[in-house]
Amino acid sequence: MLGVALLVFREVLEAALIVTIVAAATRGVVGRARFIGGGIGLGVIGAILVALFAGVIEEAVGGSGQELFNACVLLAAVLMIGWHVIWMSSHGRELVQQMQSVGHAVKAGSSSLAMLLAVVALAVLREGSEIVLFLYGMAAGGAGRVDLLLGVPLGLAGGTAVGFALYFGLLRIPMRYFFNATNWMLVVLASGLAATAAGFLIQADLLPAWGNQFWDSSWLLANGSLLGQTLHILTGYEARPAGMQLVFWLATFVILVTGMRLMAARMSAQHKPARTAASVTVTAAHGA
Amino acid sequence: MTMRKRICLCLLLVASTAAWSADMPEFHLIIKDHRFEPTQLKVPANTKFKLLVKNADSTPSEFESHEFNREKIVLPNRTISVFIGPLDKGSYKFFDDFHQDTGNGVLIVE
Repeated sequence: MLGVALLVFREVLEAALIVTIVAAATRGVVGRARFIGGGIGLGVIGAILVALFAGVIEEAVGGSGQELFNACVLLAAVLMIGWHVIWMSSHGRELVQQMQSVGHAVKAGSSSLAMLLAVVALAVLREGSEIVLFLYGMAAGGAGRVDLLLGVPLGLAGGTAVGFALYFGLLRIPMRYFFNATNWMLVVLASGLAATAAGFLIQADLLPAWGNQFWDSSWLLANGSLLGQTLHILTGYEARPAGMQLVFWLATFVILVTGMRLMAARMSAQHKPARTAASVTVTAAHGA
Repeated sequence: MTMRKRICLCLLLVASTAAWSADMPEFHLIIKDHRFEPTQLKVPANTKFKLLVKNADSTPSEFESHEFNREKIVLPNRTISVFIGPLDKGSYKFFDDFHQDTGNGVLIVE
């Protein structure tokens, strides 16, 4: 039972942390619960479909289908998060102002919300499909019914609980820094997802590694530990990254931060020509 | 660099790595009764290689290693391939994520 609970917990945790950051980043947005709920629902359906067609995916593209599929899902999430944070850097100020007048819900752009719905769906799909395959194997392999009936809810509850804990922790961030903080978390999350995608492409030999183990920090924090895994999800932390993964991480980070700054500078130039605030940091603080 | 040149370069890069993998050393693992056979696999140091993992069980497995950073699902009665290395000398653990109590092994890189 513990084995079942642990595997379900680890997979749920991955999805839950991503959903949590998205939930925090859309704080106060009208219809957000529906969007996130919809994303989770779509993700669960997607997970079952992916598990059902795992054989087809596996055999595609000369046996590299699994890696390509994972990399595409991850990079799609990176694009969507990128779209959202760049959009936020032009609308963040209004959002903070509206949030501060108590009880005012915010009408966010529906395209940006749809992007985040997709990010939630993709996160649930990727981790969920592993749970489905694992549970199928357990059931087919004759695991006890008690193991599954107790282990699955236990793992699910544990992973979700950590997600909620992070969410309520984030809510303690003062409002004037709040969207700044969630935006940075999204940027770092996206950079990490891009690095993970690069890892899959290296595994399939579709990308050169450019230094297979660029450094080794496993003595400090191993990827197998709970903290290492949590950091891996939130930031893309690898104890032994490939050089190419670092390139993907840095490139994503630089592109998103540059995009945010350019957009924020353009917005403040439009609204108040005198102001020279160029960064989101400054923009959000001014709004407060 | 124009977009077209960039695409050409990309294709060239993919093609060159694909050609490369043709004469890469290959090693084999079998998953049977949720255990790896062999549990210790010797591979050369500082060499990139292709590892083929066959699942002889009727349930899915996931070949995974934190120490050489690989993870791939192995469906029943299928064989997957992963490219690994070049690795420094040493031993690197791997496991079956879906059967962690029995599915354990180690790469001996020498």
